[in-house]
Amino acid sequence: MVNNQHAAPAPVGGSLVNAATLTCGVLIALMVAILAVRFLFGLGAVTALNDGYPWGIWIVVDVVIGTAFACGGFSVAMLVYIFNRGEYHPLVRPALLASLFGYTLAGAGVIFDLGRWWNVWNMYWPGSINPNSVMFEVAMCISLYIVVMWIEFSPVVLEQLGKDDARRKVGKAMFFIIALGTVLPMMHQSSLGTLLVVMGYQIHPLWQTPLQPALYLLTAITMGYAVVLFESCVASSAYRRKIEMHMLTPMAKVMLGFLAVYLLIRIGDLLVRGALSQAFVPSVEALTFWLEMACFIAPLILIGAESNRRNPAKLFLAGILLMLGGALLRLNGFLIGYETGDGFSYFPTLAEVLVTAGMFAIEVLGYIIITRRFPVLPREEATH
Amino acid sequence: MSTRRDFLKGALASGAAVTACVAAVPAAARETRPRPPEALGLLYDATLCVGCKACVAACKEANNNPPEFSTVDHLWDTPLDTSGYTFNIIKMYRNGTMEVKDQEKNGYAFMKTSCMHCGDPSCVSACPVSAMTKDPVTGVVGYNPDKCIGCRYCVAACPFGIPKYQYDSPTGRIGKCELCRHRTKDGHYSACAEVCPTGATLYGKTSDLLAEAKRRIALKPGTRTTYPRGKVGGPDQSYEAPVGNYLQHVYGEKEYGGTQVLKLSGVNFAKVGMPDLPPDAAAALSETIQHTLYANLIMPFAVLGAMTWVAKRNVKPDDESSDKEGS
Amino acid sequence: MGNISEIFETSRETLHDIERRLEMPRREFLQFCATLAATMGLPAGAEAAVAKAIEAAKRPSVIWLHFQECTGCTESLLRAEHPTLEKLILDVISLDYHETLMAAAGHQAEAARKDAMKANKGKYVLVVEGAIPLKDKGIYCKVGGHTAIDLVKECAADAAAVIAIGSCAAWGGMPSTGPNPSGSVGVAEALGKPVVTIPGCPPNPYNFLAAVVHFLTFGKLPEVDKLGRPKFAYGRLIHENCERRAHFDAGRFAMEFGDAGHRQGYCLYKLGCKGPETYANCPTLGFGDAGENNWPVGCGHPCIGCSEKGVGFEKPIHQVAKVLNAVPPQQYPRIVEEQGKAASIASAAAVAAVAGAAAGAAIMLTRNLGLSHAAEEAERAKGTGDAGKSSADKAQV
Repeated sequence: MVNNQHAAPAPVGGSLVNAATLTCGVLIALMVAILAVRFLFGLGAVTALNDGYPWGIWIVVDVVIGTAFACGGFSVAMLVYIFNRGEYHPLVRPALLASLFGYTLAGAGVIFDLGRWWNVWNMYWPGSINPNSVMFEVAMCISLYIVVMWIEFSPVVLEQLGKDDARRKVGKAMFFIIALGTVLPMMHQSSLGTLLVVMGYQIHPLWQTPLQPALYLLTAITMGYAVVLFESCVASSAYRRKIEMHMLTPMAKVMLGFLAVYLLIRIGDLLVRGALSQAFVPSVEALTFWLEMACFIAPLILIGAESNRRNPAKLFLAGILLMLGGALLRLNGFLIGYETGDGFSYFPTLAEVLVTAGMFAIEVLGYIIITRRFPVLPREEATH
Repeated sequence: MSTRRDFLKGALASGAAVTACVAAVPAAARETRPRPPEALGLLYDATLCVGCKACVAACKEANNNPPEFSTVDHLWDTPLDTSGYTFNIIKMYRNGTMEVKDQEKNGYAFMKTSCMHCGDPSCVSACPVSAMTKDPVTGVVGYNPDKCIGCRYCVAACPFGIPKYQYDSPTGRIGKCELCRHRTKDGHYSACAEVCPTGATLYGKTSDLLAEAKRRIALKPGTRTTYPRGKVGGPDQSYEAPVGNYLQHVYGEKEYGGTQVLKLSGVNFAKVGMPDLPPDAAAALSETIQHTLYANLIMPFAVLGAMTWVAKRNVKPDDESSDKEGS
Repeated sequence: MGNISEIFETSRETLHDIERRLEMPRREFLQFCATLAATMGLPAGAEAAVAKAIEAAKRPSVIWLHFQECTGCTESLLRAEHPTLEKLILDVISLDYHETLMAAAGHQAEAARKDAMKANKGKYVLVVEGAIPLKDKGIYCKVGGHTAIDLVKECAADAAAVIAIGSCAAWGGMPSTGPNPSGSVGVAEALGKPVVTIPGCPPNPYNFLAAVVHFLTFGKLPEVDKLGRPKFAYGRLIHENCERRAHFDAGRFAMEFGDAGHRQGYCLYKLGCKGPETYANCPTLGFGDAGENNWPVGCGHPCIGCSEKGVGFEKPIHQVAKVLNAVPPQQYPRIVEEQGKAASIASAAAVAAVAGAAAGAAIMLTRNLGLSHAAEEAERAKGTGDAGKSSADKAQV
């Protein structure tokens, strides 16, 4: 089979009611109930947020880590449309779908973490905005990016609905939309890291650096590919389809390239700032630092060799490790390495955990529904 | 059929665009801003403070804040720290036998905790909707709940941990000292300085307060001197008292470029909760990075231009159709 | 220490004698003993010992000298009400010389003094009221032709104990206020040796009475601090027992006489109250036998530190006091307080469960992928796969 002859996308079909979707449904219901309490009684009623830890897992996991996990669309779009690697084309729609959900939900997640959410229009009002604020730029880019992604994904919907005219019109402008869809994530993913800079000494030296934008952007790109690896394997396994190894294997090499650049900058930065010594002081931070580094370095060993990259198990594991490493970089920077002064501690409440779980459940449920009912994944005869 | 050439073209184009932008925009370093010349502030002298908490009570009243309880019987306001409802608090440093006031070992001391009204505030730089603002003349850092979205970036950004959010309310707002700017029209000044019986908290122009602070630390401990109370330049309420054992450091003179609230202490500042800060403000670094990358949106548009050009070449209009292959 | 049953061991006749001699019912007498015992902070049951001591037949002789004073201390003593004090004082002790209270005057009075001193040599108690001027050989206070300094030295020589009552006798008091033109000093300084002092202007009479009764009961004076003040009365700052202390701790102060805070009984620290640097028990006892709250602060005027040398009659009344020995209440916020909620079991369990489930699923999927890959490789090795050609080993650049 020649590389470029790809099966066209088609709905996977099948029943929408199964163990996975039902579990998701329960988690979502719980989440809605908890959010009702949050809006009626305030953040303190459901979260463990306190004066020392203003940001908890809703921001750090749902938004910061969540959007990084949602970088699959961005990474694959860059590969296909900027670096012109058409052979990865079938990866675009599923990656885009996951990104779409990830970002839309991150945006929703921000709203219910905002303490004065009814004033959120100020974020877009010229009389109120503060362009010097990193958060302002992040919010603008993410807002615009969500719109861009829905437009990018619209052909899928229009195709299913049979609206070919509309689809062609959108198609004509698609190149610009795609270009936007590569620039915007570069801006906000790097700036999610820059958010930490103004916090100064409150961020542990192992994670506080003026190079935040570079570190966060590189890990976001890397995580994007890692997520594609992850989702491909899970989707193929769940839908009993063949894994597209012919695409994943070379893509993994690209991923390793970005990972290598990232590690160079990360370790170089630690050495230049003289912060690496902190990693040898026995502490919780040192422990989580080494965990994070291990997650980043292990894939180089695991799938460094070409033959290993042909093993889906190893690809999958490498993908997970990179997702974990990127997640740890963010968790360490924003929560574990964040110190506002002694005496404060934070651990999410059950309610917070359930809401986060609910958010991911929406993503999973949405992914399942849309792949089964809309043309996202390549058509394939069920092999067994 | 993708070729090495196409790939290299794409890579080079984007790389060139990015490099051009970085070169074109000079590293727009944003210098740390100093205090404005007419800046208003406070001088807190820990050696004069007797821990009476009149300032805590006065601040609560001036800002209409409810009491906070930390004892079993909720008899009176006993906050343990500043919060969304407590904008000023006196904390006590304890060591060993606590015999001598303002002594670091086997001593005790008091320290006021309230907004430092920085010259280059992290909270003002962080706030995406300009709810935190710095008055250009008085330099007072004010808060506007009508703009605030409650994102709590200011809470995370402040090096002193001052802005705090009211988590117990569905309509919570941020709370912090605003130097009683809402009382100046009635001829009042900061409530804490108004009620302080020993003049430990003194209100006035920071330039005057800095001069007074330097005068005090130059005196010999144990000798007698006159201490003003209330407001510099206000009605004379001064009194004589012995000079305390000051550390030779006016906290807030240079930290993060300088703050409008200055502090004097006998105990090491780090031990009484005042962090050791460099003279360059974190806000300056954060904004330098942002300006370097995004000033006037030059770089983003340049990159967008490059990406658009490349994508136009690579994306065929009916690329998304089910029947066509990718290029 | 005796216990209450010992009182009832005392024979009926003896108690009857006491009642007759002191002209007071037994119950009132016992109440008096209990009051004194409580004032001294003695443990329960001590009133029995006190009663026994008082009922002893021999009354000690007391010589009471007056120098630079206003007689306020004597007046304060006369206001003691439990019971009518003149009876007890005249019957419990033998007041052999007291210029205000004795009937004699002139040479007879002085003769009475000398006789009493001779008769009770080494056994009488000397009480001094008023400061003693030292300047110009002490001529600024003379009684019966003798200077105060000479008199006090003469009387103190054979005394069993010397008690200086009132701030004037304790450390110089009002007469010693700057510039102290007569060089007035307290008794201890005049004699050049420590004495028991009961400072105050005037002191609470029960402080004096209790010290005397302690002496009678136990044969020695109560424990004193380094200024000679009985610790049971002067061991704590007024600030520590003040009924307005809660207002100080909460930061509620009267700023002016008559303002809203003043009328609500707020702390008077800002009006110059010297309670934080004055050792006395005024807030606990009150004056005029009217109970607590009957003292300057209770009536709305800041304490002037009248019993404390260096504070009373020296520091301006409305000048802020130095807060000595400030041990704020335990809940005074520390520089670092533990805040924030610890992980709840439920939450920790949930996080662990999620992490565990994710890890488990990942491990399972990895295994399955590995197994199917191994199976594929095996098939290819057997040469049956045209699926092999679709491998990515022709990865392009």
